Amino acid sequence: MALLEVRGLSKSFRGLKAVQDVSFDVTEGEILALIGPNGAGKTTCFNLIAGVFAPDRGSVRLAGTDITGLRPDQVCRAGIGRTFQIVKPFQQLSVEENVIVGALNRLHDVGAARERAREILEMLGLAAKRALPAASLTLPERKCLEVARAMATGPKLLLLDEVMAGLRPTETDHMVGVFRRLNEETGLTILLIEHVMRAVMALAGRIVVLHHGETIAEGGPGEVVRDPAVLECYLGEEAL
Amino acid sequence: MSGPRRAAPGGRARVLLGLLLALLMLLPFVVNPYLLSVLTLILYLAYVGQAWNVMMGFAGQLSLGHSLYVGLGAYVSAALFVHYGVPPALGFLAAILVALVFGAAIGFLAFRFGVSGVYFALLTIAFAEFTRIGFDHFDWVGGSGGFFLKVAQRDYNDLVNLRGSPEMFYYLLLAMTAGCFLLCHRLMQSRIGFYWLAIREDQEAAQAVGIDVFRYKMLAVMLSAALASLAGVFTAFFNNNLFPFQIFGIEKSIEIILGPIIGGLGTLFGPILGAFVLTVLAEGLRGTMEALGVVLPGVKQVFYGICLLFVIMFLPHGIWPSLRRRLGLDSDGRR
Ligand SMILES: Nc1ncnc2c1ncn2[C@@H]1O[C@H](COP(=O)(O)OP(=O)(O)OP(=O)(O)O)[C@@H](O)[C@H]1O
Ligand SMILES: [Mg+2]
Repeated sequence: MALLEVRGLSKSFRGLKAVQDVSFDVTEGEILALIGPNGAGKTTCFNLIAGVFAPDRGSVRLAGTDITGLRPDQVCRAGIGRTFQIVKPFQQLSVEENVIVGALNRLHDVGAARERAREILEMLGLAAKRALPAASLTLPERKCLEVARAMATGPKLLLLDEVMAGLRPTETDHMVGVFRRLNEETGLTILLIEHVMRAVMALAGRIVVLHHGETIAEGGPGEVVRDPAVLECYLGEEAL
Repeated sequence: MSGPRRAAPGGRARVLLGLLLALLMLLPFVVNPYLLSVLTLILYLAYVGQAWNVMMGFAGQLSLGHSLYVGLGAYVSAALFVHYGVPPALGFLAAILVALVFGAAIGFLAFRFGVSGVYFALLTIAFAEFTRIGFDHFDWVGGSGGFFLKVAQRDYNDLVNLRGSPEMFYYLLLAMTAGCFLLCHRLMQSRIGFYWLAIREDQEAAQAVGIDVFRYKMLAVMLSAALASLAGVFTAFFNNNLFPFQIFGIEKSIEIILGPIIGGLGTLFGPILGAFVLTVLAEGLRGTMEALGVVLPGVKQVFYGICLLFVIMFLPHGIWPSLRRRLGLDSDGRR
């Protein structure tokens, strides 16, 4: 049984079919990448999984339990952590407090949550900024904070929405290293949306490609990047 | 809050607060009756400001109708006392209960049906106004003609029936304000406080980290309402007369929120400092005008407006955050 089972997910916005009949599995311990051109429906997929909208059709199961139509906080407590493509830090709280709020999802004691927050900030290389208000961070740092806060909720499955966008190549490599280590050491399962192919190729065991809300390809990184349909609509000739 | 690095400013803040409390406890022995009445007013505004701050400053829900809860607390406890002889020492529980019911009703309506921001604020005004009109026609408690408590003996202090000297009322209010401050302090160091701030900052992000936003907003509204209702109990027995247009009026709601805004929204000490600054300046102005023999109706409201304008323009976060920095108390978060 897969950790996450997405079946026939569909969602329209005022007639616009943002996601159409999308199905895929995320196996426990794997890193799966969701890629596709702008407006393909990737973020909408995340929002459907995370409970921001209820799907028009289809279902989402986490570790065998149906979580379709649950509220975002219920989905989080069920074990899915997510980041936002357009970052949403708690601006006036410090970096550490942002992460503490996440950690309080599993740890009800503030002291314990603070400990956990510090560990996570250390791991992500954000420890030096922990006392600063989140509003003072640069965009890459905010992306990093999104990851820290989502990780702090103690998820079984982490949904990452373009967290590498805007990072310099060395920063990307650092993040890739962090996720790879997390995945290997703690067995954290990751579903990521990413345009930075360098990161996708380094991390993903499998890739699902969306286009106009539909799945057009699925498979290992090697196959997918040579798939003619994918090359045509997304990666282009020169991409790799 | 924790860790050795933070212990120093936290400790200093504690010492300063202790000194302030000691000062406030000693003042009644040295001040004249007029100054005592001013101090009482300051504490009153500090207390209701703190109550309102729970909802707006911490959880980010703007109530412009907080006089509703004050008024309900006042009428419930006064009516129980006058009609059934129930002492306020018991009646306050009924006052809290009624405020909780109203707070829950407003919260439920708003948060279940996605009423937020300006519309939420309008809803709170509407509730306060409807209730005012209701009480205008509620003859059991005197309607618009007012509801009066017998002004009884002042020779010994009776805390159970809240009959006694101005000093007794002052100390009661001091205890209430200190208690409310401590309660808020504890809450802000707990999971609840962190969750409120998260909701205030970004509701969607708060939900995404597992916060049941509805539940925590309800908690903020109900706690804020309950605390405000106690201010009403105090008012009823301190003033001995209640008029719907006065106690439920929008002016009263505005007066409640000025202190925390000027002192510093969402801070623990802001409402107290704001109440002090506003009252001292307003009384100073009144005294000056009296001395000059000038009579200008509405000058207090205009003055409040000017204070607000000044703070918004020069200290958008209120006086306390910048003062706190100068006092070197800053590394301790939102004290
Ligand atoms: N809340 C919404 N209301 C209306 N339309 C929406 C909403 N969210 C997404 N859409 C539309 O659905 C389509 C898919 O958007 P989505 O954000 O899922 O794409 P994406 O694959 O994440 O794109 P990108 O790579 O640019 O982030 C777009 O046409 C978008 O305009
Ligand atoms: Mg997107």
